[in-house]
Amino acid sequence: MAEATHTEVHRHPAPTGFIRKYIFSIDHKVIGIQYILLALTAVVVGMIMSVLMRVNLSWPGTHIKILETLFPQGAPGGVMTPEFYLSLVTMHGTIMVFFVLTTAPQGGFGNYFLPIQIGADDMAFPTLNMLSFWVTFVGFIVILLAIFAEGNATIGGWFSKLGESFAGGSGTVGPIGGWTGYPPLSALGKIAGPGQGAGVNLWVISIAIFCVGSLLGALNFITTLLNMRTRGMTLMRMPLTCWAWFTTAILALLSFPVLLGGGILLLLDRIAGTSFFIPGGLYVSGSLVPLHNGGSPLLWQHLFWFFGHPEVYIAILPGMGATSHILSTFARKPVFGYRAMVFAIFAIGMLGFFVWGHHMFMSGMSPYSAVAFSVLTLSIGVPSAIKTFNWIGTLWGARIRFTTPMLFSIGFVSLFVAGGITGLVLGQSSLDFFFHDTYFVTAHFHLVMGVASIFGMFAATYFWFPKMFGRMMNEGIGKIHFWITFLGVYAIFVPFHAMGLLGMPRRYAQFTEYEFLKNSHSLVLFVTVAAIITVVAQVLFYFNFFWSIFKGVPAGENPWQATTLEWVIPSPPPHDNFAGIVPTVYHGPYEFSVPGAPNDFIMQTDGENIVAEHGGGNGGNGHRH
Amino acid sequence: MAATATGTDRAVKTGIGAGPRPRNGNGFHKNGGGHDTPFQFSPARYRIGIWMAIGSILMLFVALTSAYIVRSASSDDWHRIAMPKVLWLSTALLVVSSVTIELSRRSLKSHNESGYGLWLVNTVVLGIAFVVSQMFAWRQLVRQGAYLASNPYNSFFYLFTGAHGVHVLGGLVALGYLVIRTRGPRTSVDAELRRLGAADAVTIYWHFMDVLWIGLFMLLTFWK
Repeated sequence: MAEATHTEVHRHPAPTGFIRKYIFSIDHKVIGIQYILLALTAVVVGMIMSVLMRVNLSWPGTHIKILETLFPQGAPGGVMTPEFYLSLVTMHGTIMVFFVLTTAPQGGFGNYFLPIQIGADDMAFPTLNMLSFWVTFVGFIVILLAIFAEGNATIGGWFSKLGESFAGGSGTVGPIGGWTGYPPLSALGKIAGPGQGAGVNLWVISIAIFCVGSLLGALNFITTLLNMRTRGMTLMRMPLTCWAWFTTAILALLSFPVLLGGGILLLLDRIAGTSFFIPGGLYVSGSLVPLHNGGSPLLWQHLFWFFGHPEVYIAILPGMGATSHILSTFARKPVFGYRAMVFAIFAIGMLGFFVWGHHMFMSGMSPYSAVAFSVLTLSIGVPSAIKTFNWIGTLWGARIRFTTPMLFSIGFVSLFVAGGITGLVLGQSSLDFFFHDTYFVTAHFHLVMGVASIFGMFAATYFWFPKMFGRMMNEGIGKIHFWITFLGVYAIFVPFHAMGLLGMPRRYAQFTEYEFLKNSHSLVLFVTVAAIITVVAQVLFYFNFFWSIFKGVPAGENPWQATTLEWVIPSPPPHDNFAGIVPTVYHGPYEFSVPGAPNDFIMQTDGENIVAEHGGGNGGNGHRH
Repeated sequence: MAATATGTDRAVKTGIGAGPRPRNGNGFHKNGGGHDTPFQFSPARYRIGIWMAIGSILMLFVALTSAYIVRSASSDDWHRIAMPKVLWLSTALLVVSSVTIELSRRSLKSHNESGYGLWLVNTVVLGIAFVVSQMFAWRQLVRQGAYLASNPYNSFFYLFTGAHGVHVLGGLVALGYLVIRTRGPRTSVDAELRRLGAADAVTIYWHFMDVLWIGLFMLLTFWK
């Protein structure tokens, strides 16, 4: 038995070779950082695309030298065609939603910190974990390939040899159907326009690959959380971050297969001649589409949005978890209403499965269904309000430590409220008739799903960086980064609401042609300037991130005086997290300012008797032991 | 979620404050309350994992089934084809393989290693026979001129049998792994627990493949 025990202590001996240690690592910490680096790369691509779009909207006809060099066909003379603009819209959305908002919050921080916070030595299935990252990485390579398969005549030529539906080199940087890829146009091939050949095929394949990677990850997260919690780590003693990652994993597990199914059907329509989504008698570009009959384009919308709505929560729930965690830490107060927070996050996740129809109010659905979807959608406001009030309750009367992660967490609350409140507007079918496909919608989802999630991730990065790399990020640069970004995103997205009210439609390459939008050009210009400033300010973040890895102030074990398990181990943590010891948990996760405690906080591993003579402490969730 | 309860009985009791006996000191730094027993493998892990995988595969087929139902009602070009008779053979093979894998699991539970290996090999053979039989069904359809794109019903037929077949192949790979693991030395308690857990999980998965196929077969036979 002694030998057996010995082998179990060193279950995964630390790898020594470079490839096993940093590339094909099965250590959840390395995989987490790989996911974060993937997101940091993908977000640059997405941001460059958004700047290009803004430039085209503000100064139509601008000559952009680099575009002329890279995409001589899609941007002749450096001036982008409307189709080129549309493909930018598509790829910006796809890359941001899948490879940034889904990878960093869950695959990145979840991977790194969920096992440590529940006191496990790794994920339940380490090899599967490695596989899910590399599958996701392949998905990213394929989506990048879509850019050049359509944008570059030579590379497009290679794909054209694969068959009719793979015809490439049309001069765009991918499909032109938006990240939702609605059929029938997305199902028809190159007859539907530039970018709809190889671009769509690679886009669908990339997303299908991404689905598989996410599913493997979700399975791993759920099993880890249910099976590997350490001694004393009851469900109600878990940090709220773990609850958020757990709920997110359930959403991913149940929603990604549906997108995968839809993707398979779409691909079959494109390359195998089936008619799942293509109706008969369809005229496109002046010619009749032959050989197809009876398909239902709406079927795709149902499948897509059944995934698409939970996906929104997959993006933002980890940010909510991180925010709850960080607010409590720097307010030096227990999270207000821990149990309510747990139930609210679960309620948001579960309700998310029943509201997909609110993306389809304009699809001709029955008004009765629309009312049902509308009521369910608005009911998400209840758990969302519970969370918001509890965040405010956590801050109420606190002696707040305004560190950079705290600023970003407060920013998250602000953006979540600002973006969420318009959800109550758009969730009503009668109002959505007016706002559908205008900049009002763009404003709503960018604030609540895009920017709020990203603020959650900024907060998480500044908060956990010392644990991940053993050094602090620079607070001064961090605060400048926060203020420019915080004011910048509001400067970008608040005017979007006004544009939406004016009736400005989404996805148009330029507005100068329209009489009724003539007066709003100054707004468009203002947004572009704000966007460029905000994007440039992210250089501060990247600099801070990479500079601090090498030159930051050494952090020590617990620089934030936080309570959860990751702060009892060295920074960065050893290979198997707890060096073979099983930590024992005696307390809830947010025991700050406990009367009678020697410090103002109690670590989860501190013995229970630490405040016993004072009649017990606050259990971190409002219950006395 | 019975799996949850079994999954956590190793170290964790549920309910507030139901941890181990409180002691002084710190539960990690060992200045009083720490434990230095090592991390142990809990056999429920594979069971939870496989149920999660089944949940997600089920969602894939739920999505495809709802597409089937919607599509069958949305056009007048929906033509049933004569179901190849060989599908009944496939079904029989898969049902019997479900029985054999259950026998192998029971053998393993009663420490009958040779019986375990034998029933496992039988299951692999039956599984391969199922896949071959499905391919015969495809060939028969192709000979009749019933291709993937000739009719929406055909499209779904190929899609369902294909998607199910891919998952069966995955199950066969896992079974092959179990067969390989029947040989070789048993070194550690941990590795042995893992082997038992894996056999358990593969059995559950294989039963799921069986039930899933029967469901799909019934859908294709009786629904419109």
